[in-house]
Amino acid sequence: MEGVVVLLNCFVSPFGNRVRIALKFKGVAYEEKAENLAAKSPLLLSSNPVHAKVPVLIVDGKPVCESLVILEFIDDGFSAAGAPPLLPADPYARAHARFWASYVDTKLNEAGMRVWRSPKGATAAVEAARKDTVAALKTLEAELGGKPYFGGDALGYVDVALVPFAPWFLTYERFGGFTVAAECPALAAWADRCVRENTCVAESLPEAEHVFQFVCGMRKAFGLD
Amino acid sequence: MSSSPPVKLIGHFASPFVHRAAAALRLKGVPYEFIQEDLENKSELMLANNPIHKKVPVLLHGDRAVCESLVIVEYVDEAFDGPPLLPADPYDRAMARFWAHFMDTKCRTPLVLSFLTEGEQQEGFLKETKENLALLEAQLDGKRFFGGDSVGYLDIALSGMSRWMAVFEEMTGVSLLADDDFAALRRWAKEYTSNEAVMQCLPGIEQIKGHFSATAKKDKVKAVATAMQQQQ
Repeated sequence: MEGVVVLLNCFVSPFGNRVRIALKFKGVAYEEKAENLAAKSPLLLSSNPVHAKVPVLIVDGKPVCESLVILEFIDDGFSAAGAPPLLPADPYARAHARFWASYVDTKLNEAGMRVWRSPKGATAAVEAARKDTVAALKTLEAELGGKPYFGGDALGYVDVALVPFAPWFLTYERFGGFTVAAECPALAAWADRCVRENTCVAESLPEAEHVFQFVCGMRKAFGLD
Repeated sequence: MSSSPPVKLIGHFASPFVHRAAAALRLKGVPYEFIQEDLENKSELMLANNPIHKKVPVLLHGDRAVCESLVIVEYVDEAFDGPPLLPADPYDRAMARFWAHFMDTKCRTPLVLSFLTEGEQQEGFLKETKENLALLEAQLDGKRFFGGDSVGYLDIALSGMSRWMAVFEEMTGVSLLADDDFAALRRWAKEYTSNEAVMQCLPGIEQIKGHFSATAKKDKVKAVATAMQQQQ
């Protein structure tokens, strides 16, 4: 695939950072445009008219939206010699990877959002959200098992789908009143390993404290405190 | 020549999600055994093979279990020979996946709630649904199918809009596809439901009506509607 590659992203977005990791993983040169989600750019609104969300990947002027769709697009389109595959070759292994990436979106993200987005004082809601988030993390940890990565010996599609949520763990922990290290030590170790052993991950993720500050700012803006 | 391990599809005849998986198998020409699941009394087989979500469809291919309808469709496309369901071009594949995702995450809930609610609430869901349908209408862009000349991944993903929508419109008196704005979608629905392979796994109108009438006890419907709204 040829042409200029532009990524519309917000630095804390776990969805956008999936794409960052994938592009770096593939060694694809790209330009990133930071979006202020409170004041979306005309480019974002015109290239993602359906959802008006980040990330959007624009290749040679053509936009692709939805992070997992983008990951598959990157894997389909940037498979030049030397660029490792994100998804495995075997159809069953691919189905397995797609299943778990979808799980991150539907189970972990949904519960995690409820942890930090509940209004002040909504103790019951936060407690329920904490339970669901921990349950999702434990399920993911069980799927990891004794493997160094979800992809096996090396970073793969599910790792890329999940690891951008790691900088959000601190936020879940502070609002939810638990620690990932205590509840899911293997998963916490996996997150550290991803960063330590993969430059593409280390270079793509924000500081956990910055995510927390960002969320605090959002809560104030939405009157949740 | 070695024969492929047997294929079984655990599902329910009335489920549009199960239909996606069945349609993929039929279009690829893959023989399979259909195992009807009693959703009020879930089987050990289903629960053992889909412990995470405990839902149908579940595809069993030898000792492999594949869950989640769209994951199954892509698996069938990749694991078996036959006409490809997804287009070859990476950008076209991304568009097909995008619109399938749109149906499942943005379109489905207000669409279903258009049938399950009343009054002002219903008006809101109808308005939203018509906006969503207009986007899908535009995607057809003069083509016979979303996939072009033949049924493809996106047609399968959107197949709930073919027979099921017509049945719910008839059952509730709500008019959606009947609107003037959706001539292309109406034509598509006819084409899709007339496809030879699709017809072999498409439940009949009366069958679907019978199933949803039986389960449509007022309190149960209300519970489903409330749950869906809470998820938004």
